[in-house]
Amino acid sequence: MSRLVVGPFNRVEGDLEVKLDIDQGRVSDAWVNCTLYRGFEQIMRGKPAADALVLTPRICGICSVAQSAAAARALAQLQGCVVPPNGERAANLVQACENLADHLSHFYLFFMPDFARPQYAGEPWYDDTAARFRALKGSAARQVLPARAAFLNLMGLMAGKWPHTLAIQPGGSTRAIQPQERLRIVAILKTFRQFLEQATFGDRLENVADIADLTQLERWQQRHRDSDLGRFLGLSRALELERLGRAADRFMSFGSYAESGTPLLRPGLWDGGWQALDTDQIREDVSCSWLQDSVPLAPALGETRPQADKAGGYSWCKAPRLDGRVMEVGALARQLVDGHPLAEALVADSGGNVRNRVVMRLLELARVLIQMEHWALALEPGEPFYRDGGEPRDGVGVGLVEAARGSLGHWVDLRDGKIHNYQIIAPTTWNFSPRDGDGQPGALELALRDTPVQEGEVDPVAVQHVVRSFDPCMVCTVH
Amino acid sequence: MFNLLWLQSGGCGGCSMSLLNAESPDLLTALEVAGINLLWHPALSEATGSEVRTLLQALVDGEQRLDALCIEGAVVCGPDGSGLFHVLSGTDTPMRDWIVRLAARARYVFAVGSCASFGGVSSAGANPGEMRGLQFDGQQPGGALGAGFEPAAAGRVVNIAGCPPHPNWVLEALMSAALGELQAEALDELGRPRFYADHLVHHGCPRNEFYEYKASASRASDGGCLMEHMGCVATQAHGDCNIRLWNGEGSCTRGGYACINCTAPEFEEPGHSYLQTPKLAGIPVGLPTDMPKAWFVALSSLSKAATPERLKVNAHSDHIKVAPKIHPVNKKR
Repeated sequence: MSRLVVGPFNRVEGDLEVKLDIDQGRVSDAWVNCTLYRGFEQIMRGKPAADALVLTPRICGICSVAQSAAAARALAQLQGCVVPPNGERAANLVQACENLADHLSHFYLFFMPDFARPQYAGEPWYDDTAARFRALKGSAARQVLPARAAFLNLMGLMAGKWPHTLAIQPGGSTRAIQPQERLRIVAILKTFRQFLEQATFGDRLENVADIADLTQLERWQQRHRDSDLGRFLGLSRALELERLGRAADRFMSFGSYAESGTPLLRPGLWDGGWQALDTDQIREDVSCSWLQDSVPLAPALGETRPQADKAGGYSWCKAPRLDGRVMEVGALARQLVDGHPLAEALVADSGGNVRNRVVMRLLELARVLIQMEHWALALEPGEPFYRDGGEPRDGVGVGLVEAARGSLGHWVDLRDGKIHNYQIIAPTTWNFSPRDGDGQPGALELALRDTPVQEGEVDPVAVQHVVRSFDPCMVCTVH
Repeated sequence: MFNLLWLQSGGCGGCSMSLLNAESPDLLTALEVAGINLLWHPALSEATGSEVRTLLQALVDGEQRLDALCIEGAVVCGPDGSGLFHVLSGTDTPMRDWIVRLAARARYVFAVGSCASFGGVSSAGANPGEMRGLQFDGQQPGGALGAGFEPAAAGRVVNIAGCPPHPNWVLEALMSAALGELQAEALDELGRPRFYADHLVHHGCPRNEFYEYKASASRASDGGCLMEHMGCVATQAHGDCNIRLWNGEGSCTRGGYACINCTAPEFEEPGHSYLQTPKLAGIPVGLPTDMPKAWFVALSSLSKAATPERLKVNAHSDHIKVAPKIHPVNKKR
């Protein structure tokens, strides 16, 4: 038995430390330490309600719009806002733009560069993969950065800038789109479609979104080996990435994108099958967090009181649980809960794992961009984008959204128009939580068990695949 | 080559995300043409874990040259001055201590973003994280490195303030340093590059005509000027945000919402709600920069009396309801 400490763990948006016990070439146990505490939940107390729209997006530079949307929804509940159809479409477009840009950054900039590492140099797929995906130097990074920046021009038009916009308000969008701007948005989306269809998929988005089972996925790969998804599926087969990084196989999604107040992607949880989600069953456990002890609390009543010297603490992250159980969130969970046939087939085959998380993230790129084109065409210049809801009344407002990385919740308690308490549970809080009072490890801690470690490896590459397959965002995690 | 190391601490990572938005040229091309060698960036580099620890130690020991140290995020000093709110993973050492050691070796030190410059949003409220800027605590000189800290080049920390900074603010500052041209005179008294900080966000704002006639927006998505009611401080905020645009064609005021002065120290604590203009006897408390109050009041009441109908109507609409009149040219007669 030996112990490894891996850090600084980069390409995870923030700082992360992973402690591993290694036994006979495999991880026997893992502890995940989220190393940065900033104290947003303490900062928010006493602020005017609307300041949440300024401050909470700044929890995270990569999930900024998702934070903003969650804050706007929480306040909208207390204002009784009814967002006009244009406002919903605008918010959908801005949120989707961030989500897809994040998926793109994750795949090309954060996840794939690990397959260009020298330890893979003997593999038959290595030369092509390294030339394509090597960090900073590969042909993909050169191609992806301009494509991503051009896609984010949608934010310039619809949100002023990204990250950190104030365009998403409880009553809709501050930015009414004019007729010529609607056309520019359509052009931006079509340009991004071209990039995905040429580089990422080598195929029509519709064909990718329609892949429904493993046989179809296999056949698709054989016809599109030179696309980036094809390359990934090829090396995934060689490395058996479907056998790596399995967690609890319980998945959750808050549902995403609104039309007439109803989410377009279905909310729910998946535990061998779809079930309704009761968010009242969420509790945050702090037994192994560097936070003052308390019983597990519902987020609306949550507390955040740091205690750096707490015995038994090993992370700044809390441990959220749904009805006492560990949940995995993210694109795989979202598409599975929504009922996408490929997600169901993949999970039936091998559960949540490195391959399945990455495949569903890319499939979501295809699926959501198609939807964005519809929303853009449906924008009606001249019709309202915003409806004033008046001052928020006191009480608890809840904002539940799906960020790129999974389920994000804001719980705000307003008293005398000021923030009395503000609690946030971010996607990676779910995925990278420490153990809870019952000793249950978090999703990543579970997923790391049994991960192979080669003789002499100090930063085991398989561990890196497992960690990055979740697309963690560490700055959101603790906030 | 000009060696650059980028580290993140008490912040959101948004400055890096903004940097990735660079266009014409894109980020990688911009670094390449400037002769900048990225030793390590947490979001972009392959190296992880032990490889990074080795690199950091080599830089601290002076075995490898460090031309520029870029710090994104505030310096985390809490709780109780221990720095334990951010221990750099894998090292058992507070990030603050790494920053201090590395800064001592760097020719240029850049605070990227308002958190690293002044504390920023990370230091808001009662500053529970005990967050400090590199060379400022809010408006007060000092910070984690101290007011007397003098790096070999530029003689002070370069504060590329902004939340986030425009990608080209960062790239132009780095390029200027790589060329050896970035001197103390190029910085304003808050250490910000003057090439963007000598402008006001108001410059180039498409709502300027509404401002001139005090035709003001009264709710989100209105077309009018955002200063009188909606909390906008673009006439006081330093930045060229409406001259060089964001993500193609954007800026905060173009996005329909207030400029919140994010390039300034202590913007995180405006002392009032961000999205409502504080007023005294109906007059906005914060006046346009360099404008005497009596003149502002006099001109405002005069221009309000002269507001054209077109602006009155359009200020309260989310699209142009009244188009400007077309004047016959009559050149042929």
